[in-house]
Amino acid sequence: MSWILGSLIFWAVAIVLNIRLSRSDVAGKGVAVPVIFGLTILVLWEGMVRGFEVSPVLLPPPSAIFTTFFAKMDVLWVDLVQTFFKGALTGYVIGCGSAILIAIAVDRSPFLQRGLLPVGNFIAALPIVGLAPIMVMWFGFDWHSKAAVVVAMVFFPVLVNTVQGLQATDAMSRDLMRTYATGYSGTLMKLRLPAAMPFIFNGLKIATTLALIGAIVAEFFGSPIKGMGFRISTEVGRLSLDMVWAEIVVAAILGSGFYGLVALLEKRMTFWHPSQRG
Amino acid sequence: MKTLFPVAVVVAAIFALWYVFAVVLNAPWAYSKADRAGVELSFSEMVSDTMAQEKPRLPAPHQVGAEIWKTTVEKKITSKRSLIYHGWITLRATLLGFAFGTGLGVLLAVSIVYFRVMDMSVMPWIIASQTVPILAIAPMIVVVLAALQVNDIVAKGVISMYLSFFPVVVGMVKGLRSPDRMLLDQMKTYSSSASQTFWKLRLPSSTPYLFASLKVGVAASLIGAVVAELSLSQNGGLGARLLAGSYYGQTIQIWSALLSAATLAALMVFTMGLLEKVTLKRMGMAQ
Repeated sequence: MSWILGSLIFWAVAIVLNIRLSRSDVAGKGVAVPVIFGLTILVLWEGMVRGFEVSPVLLPPPSAIFTTFFAKMDVLWVDLVQTFFKGALTGYVIGCGSAILIAIAVDRSPFLQRGLLPVGNFIAALPIVGLAPIMVMWFGFDWHSKAAVVVAMVFFPVLVNTVQGLQATDAMSRDLMRTYATGYSGTLMKLRLPAAMPFIFNGLKIATTLALIGAIVAEFFGSPIKGMGFRISTEVGRLSLDMVWAEIVVAAILGSGFYGLVALLEKRMTFWHPSQRG
Repeated sequence: MKTLFPVAVVVAAIFALWYVFAVVLNAPWAYSKADRAGVELSFSEMVSDTMAQEKPRLPAPHQVGAEIWKTTVEKKITSKRSLIYHGWITLRATLLGFAFGTGLGVLLAVSIVYFRVMDMSVMPWIIASQTVPILAIAPMIVVVLAALQVNDIVAKGVISMYLSFFPVVVGMVKGLRSPDRMLLDQMKTYSSSASQTFWKLRLPSSTPYLFASLKVGVAASLIGAVVAELSLSQNGGLGARLLAGSYYGQTIQIWSALLSAATLAALMVFTMGLLEKVTLKRMGMAQ
């Protein structure tokens, strides 16, 4: 009972604190308010699970998850290497790289552009994860099949964004390049690719999450005895949910970290864009 | 017309590539069959064999088409082999999740626009929530919800909801904030109340944004439902067909389930587009 009451009181205090903070103009409140909100959720979760004695098979408390997280560090690391560095990252690099190259190749033909954009947009909305069982059949159980699924998943969003980005220059700038007597490749390197960067990065950011999802879901269809998807599906079967949640924590950190890294790169490379200067 | 022809060419090119790949990928099996039978295969015989294998590595488009035709038109809808039966199961979960996702998204967006605390505390977490590969934990959520005796359509719907609420929140926040100072000031000069400003200015001007998000959201929620069915396959659904096909090496079945999911996604996005067109026209906002 004290657990429930305690967490409820914590909740009330946090709400009042957050309302006060958001109205005041203390420096750093942009970080403090969401952090307090996140902490409150963790405290409420812990309090409710302990207070109502929820079975750990259904929902383990955060403290148990963190204990497992630190105790099983070695297993988690092996899974992470298998799923992220071998599967997701290889697929991400191949998929995004080939998408950008093909977009540049297509760029010379307005006819192909007009054809590819609607088709690519359509394919990007399809449940491509469904290709996972086929890829596992073609490329075997190891990380190659996971990388292939990731390639298929990230390819179209990046392609569509790059094609759109390459169209983003206005006639005035292109004419200016013309008056400088710049050839096709010069215009591409100096004007159109830089102008396309915000679009390309938009695609790359969408692709970070897709890559992780693809690599993990593909493991549900067959994998060697390591990997985050493999661990999640087997530990669910063994009802050790604290391990599953520990994998989720890893996935969450990984997902946000990967996204953050690409966003940071974007900030570095498109510092001139209005959305980055704000 | 200007885009129709190029699109047709690109689609035709995709099918042509598909046939080429089907020949290349299925050729080894055709040759090894011929080898065991002790016959020499000519090129044209090999090609015709790759088009008609029972468990090809990559089925040719017409094989998949025939399978889809067989399992939709020629089977009774109630049959467990009918793709319409499985598609309906997936569609129900998708629509349920989509409806709840949209509702949750709109509610969150309204509270974010009107309450500064919500904006500051919840918005960063909503964005962070999308960098988490949620589909990966679908099996756990599904299993836990099933253990709580929740109807399995609801369990699948929860995954769909999680995937579809995000585009709606982001789009609606943008849309509700889209009226500029001038318009808001004008509402003030009419001495309209906060609720009148909401219903007569903010909500109508957010409609185009809402529809753009709905199109993304409905496709996302189908993906959620299909993946959820991988772990909750006992009651059927397109995801369950995928899984069963992969267990028994029935590639034609996998591809036909995949293509029906794609068709379903296309139909839903198309319906949303139609709704968008009609609504915006009635509201006098069509471009």
